[in-house]
Amino acid sequence: MSLYLLCLTLFCIGLYGVLRKRNIVKIIIGLAIIEYSINLFFVLLGYRFHGRAPIDAQDQNILNMVDPLPQALVLTSIVIGLGVTALLISIAIRLYEKYGTFDITKIRRLKG
Amino acid sequence: MNTVNIIPLFVIIPLFSAFFISFIGRFVKRAYINLVSVIACSSLLFLSFSGLNLLRSSAAPALVYKIGGWAPPFGICMVLDGLTNFMLITVNLVAFFVSIYSLNYMDKYTDRPKFLTLFFLMLTGMNGLIVTGDLFNLFVFLEIASIASYALVAFGTEAEELEASFKYTIMGSLASSFIFVGIAFLYGFTSTLNMADMASILSAKQNIWIVNFVAVLFLMGFGLKAALMPFHGWIADAHPSAPASISAMLSGVLIKTLGIYALMRVFFNVLGMTDAYLSVLMFLGSLSIIVAVILALSQWDLKRLLAYHSISQIGYVVLGIGLGTPLGILGGLFHLFNHSIFKSLLFLTSGAIDYSTGTRDLKEMSGLREKLPVTAKTNLIASMSIAGIPPFNGFFSKLIIIFACIQKGCIGYALAAVIGSILTLASFTKVQKFAFFGELKEKYKAITEVPLAMKLSMIGLAIICILGGFLLLPSFRFFLNDAVGVLLEGRDYAKIILK
Repeated sequence: MSLYLLCLTLFCIGLYGVLRKRNIVKIIIGLAIIEYSINLFFVLLGYRFHGRAPIDAQDQNILNMVDPLPQALVLTSIVIGLGVTALLISIAIRLYEKYGTFDITKIRRLKG
Repeated sequence: MNTVNIIPLFVIIPLFSAFFISFIGRFVKRAYINLVSVIACSSLLFLSFSGLNLLRSSAAPALVYKIGGWAPPFGICMVLDGLTNFMLITVNLVAFFVSIYSLNYMDKYTDRPKFLTLFFLMLTGMNGLIVTGDLFNLFVFLEIASIASYALVAFGTEAEELEASFKYTIMGSLASSFIFVGIAFLYGFTSTLNMADMASILSAKQNIWIVNFVAVLFLMGFGLKAALMPFHGWIADAHPSAPASISAMLSGVLIKTLGIYALMRVFFNVLGMTDAYLSVLMFLGSLSIIVAVILALSQWDLKRLLAYHSISQIGYVVLGIGLGTPLGILGGLFHLFNHSIFKSLLFLTSGAIDYSTGTRDLKEMSGLREKLPVTAKTNLIASMSIAGIPPFNGFFSKLIIIFACIQKGCIGYALAAVIGSILTLASFTKVQKFAFFGELKEKYKAITEVPLAMKLSMIGLAIICILGGFLLLPSFRFFLNDAVGVLLEGRDYAKIILK
């Protein structure tokens, strides 16, 4: 149970980073932390204590095995997260070229 | 050809054309790239109509394609049912007209191959999301469409566009994270990812708090993608910043596919709709209708005004669906179709004005009616559609939604819908007055009407706006009724898919 609570804590730290930080690089890091916490949570869902890898071999009786599906899903999710982070960082670089600052409160030409 | 084999083509064709265009884009002339894009979009449109035909002729409630021959609970399946057909036709119709419009419009921008690559990736994501029957697959396609749209919003790479894209990306990724947590909870609880299987497992268990928790997560995630009222902050920046043809796609179909369709599919067919969810949807819908239209009244940027109207019209769709009665859902889905047509037409006309005069500010334009006759007329048709003037299509769908509200006894919501409609009319009267009527300004004496391809796509959409009401006639009614039937069957969806 405490592991899940730690995931929640990590999620909240990331959310704090996204909502409260003014530097856009820190906001991107906050978003990455959120993604990591969720990936960690999903992997934990498939974890069994004292479990083993689900490899079916002859003469072996597998009693307690780890669920492999979340691991495959999390790999996909990590790749998606990588894509989003790369896009965000390239936008941040372009934003710095245009505005000359990383401060989100000074990047506000859009209103209304 | 085996009938179900057309289903994966909805993903294969746009995905192939995306990478094919980016591969050949550097070596061949622009005309060939244009040709590939138009051929891909028209074949997708043809396929979606033949899918409708197939489903009608097979007389089955749903066609299921099993990827790799794996049976549904284990493998990933693709489903073609009434709702899927409805959404596919909506999306591919708009995409077809937008691809024609882009032939000329995108001359303003450089690097057409990259634009078309992103456009087709977005189309892949939307088509894939519509046909898939697997919850995680839905998430992956949702992310493909979202990431392509984040990049397309920033396509102009000016300061405002980058700023809008940054906000949109942060909010969109946060929404995706919520959806992913929801999927994680559902997987942990049911040990399956197939939506039909998940529905049958969930209906076997009664009164479980986890379903409500997941429903809230999905409402946040899909609601943000759909720009429902408390989650609407990004739309007014993101949609105006994209090129006009992409704004038409974003506002016309992306928010509906990623938001409304996914919300409907998951809530009605997987989680099971309860009165509590319905009342939340109705409340959020009517809140969107009223507040967004008031915000839209004070806008002077034409595209920003249209973006606020998108929130308001999405409110109508959600209100109609939230009623939960057959008539209400019919009205909601019909309005979804109509809105995708007239809102993309409005964005295309705003792009045409921008193309000719170089401005989006309503105060700057005046008397454009003389110089841009086609744009003015199509814009007038679309404005009357969105404001709900008979006999245009928007009138019929709004009327059905209001009737459904009264039928269910929700007089307050019916009143909200009427007030929203009146304020929409006021707002578009302002657009007509400032943009098209009045004296022509001196600096616009030399402008000319937009090129042929842009005119053609605007006229095509305007004709659909005028004829849209005919979908309610008994002989065309099946198009909407089949889609309504899928939502009303609820968790029986599982039995149809898994049989």
